[in-house]
Amino acid sequence: MSEVIVITSGKGGVGKTTTSANVGTGLAILGKRVVLIDTDIGLRNLDVVMGLENRIVYNLVDVVEGNCRMKQALIRDKRYPNLYLLPSAQTRDKSAVTPEQMTKLADDLRDEFDYILLDCPAGIEQGFWNAVSGADRALVVTTPEVSAIRDADRIIGLLEAAQMREIDLIVNRIRMDMVRRGDMMSIDDVIDILAVNIIGAVPDDESIVISTNQGEPLVGMGSLAGQAYMNISRRVMGENIPLMEWDHSKSFLARISSLLRHA
Amino acid sequence: MSIWPGIPKQASGAIARKRLKLLLVADKTDCSPEILEKMKDDLVHVISNYIEIEKDGIEIQVVQSRSIPTPRRGPVIRANIPLRKGTGQALHTVPSKRT
Repeated sequence: MSEVIVITSGKGGVGKTTTSANVGTGLAILGKRVVLIDTDIGLRNLDVVMGLENRIVYNLVDVVEGNCRMKQALIRDKRYPNLYLLPSAQTRDKSAVTPEQMTKLADDLRDEFDYILLDCPAGIEQGFWNAVSGADRALVVTTPEVSAIRDADRIIGLLEAAQMREIDLIVNRIRMDMVRRGDMMSIDDVIDILAVNIIGAVPDDESIVISTNQGEPLVGMGSLAGQAYMNISRRVMGENIPLMEWDHSKSFLARISSLLRHA
Repeated sequence: MSIWPGIPKQASGAIARKRLKLLLVADKTDCSPEILEKMKDDLVHVISNYIEIEKDGIEIQVVQSRSIPTPRRGPVIRANIPLRKGTGQALHTVPSKRT
């Protein structure tokens, strides 16, 4: 049974595109057939985060308008042969497609793919509805900050009102040093406030900047963020994996042994 | 960390949590935190027309309901209003309406 998953947040800059790229790549590493769709028309970024920006010929709008076949627009990732990207258009805007067209486009892909990931733009206007309408479930990304949580709450409300069957939370960019000092809300605080199921927590990690610079998703590799994203991919598939513990105050050896216990 | 010795300063994370809880309810119910405070005062006033309450220990919150599952979950008013010990007697006649 294929799943169409929208990755959304409301707030911009909290990590939707990074999450889409890494969770999608993670699912491909785990052997699934995955297509990533950038629905941010006019401000595309999933292509550059994936390092596939030089291979774009056709895009989402071309497919919807019938200028090309889907196969011509899909970019196959050479690193992971069962991973594809449908890039967005850069010179159009969100009115170029409708929610109904997006629903049909996603449905047409169900035969070919196990997971269809829709990277949603920020905001609650047409771009949001384009991405959300065709989805079976939603991953809501937030950071432990006031504005992001407020916007995530609004988004969750809209998703619930639209009868989204499953809504799961990802808390991104956590700084455990600040949480321990009491200067950042903890994962438990965020879950308590938003009252939704959590599917993953990702630490703030310099490796993410490096990975975007290089166009190489870091899921499954040695960094803490990489492991966190791989755990999220597994949980998306239904595996029950406890949340990681990161304690930077522990000694190096203690940290390694706790990673081995929980990874 | 406290700048003034002897005066404990609340950590900013806790402040953020408190602000967010009020804020999210205000966002949903489309009224400001001040109006919610006024509603709580009115609630306490009306109930004390019928029965004696312990003014310390009153907790009235508008929170996200947990027991109702998605998607029907929404804000609920949750009130703990302790009754004054010892008396425990409700008024036997309904008091005349006071605003």
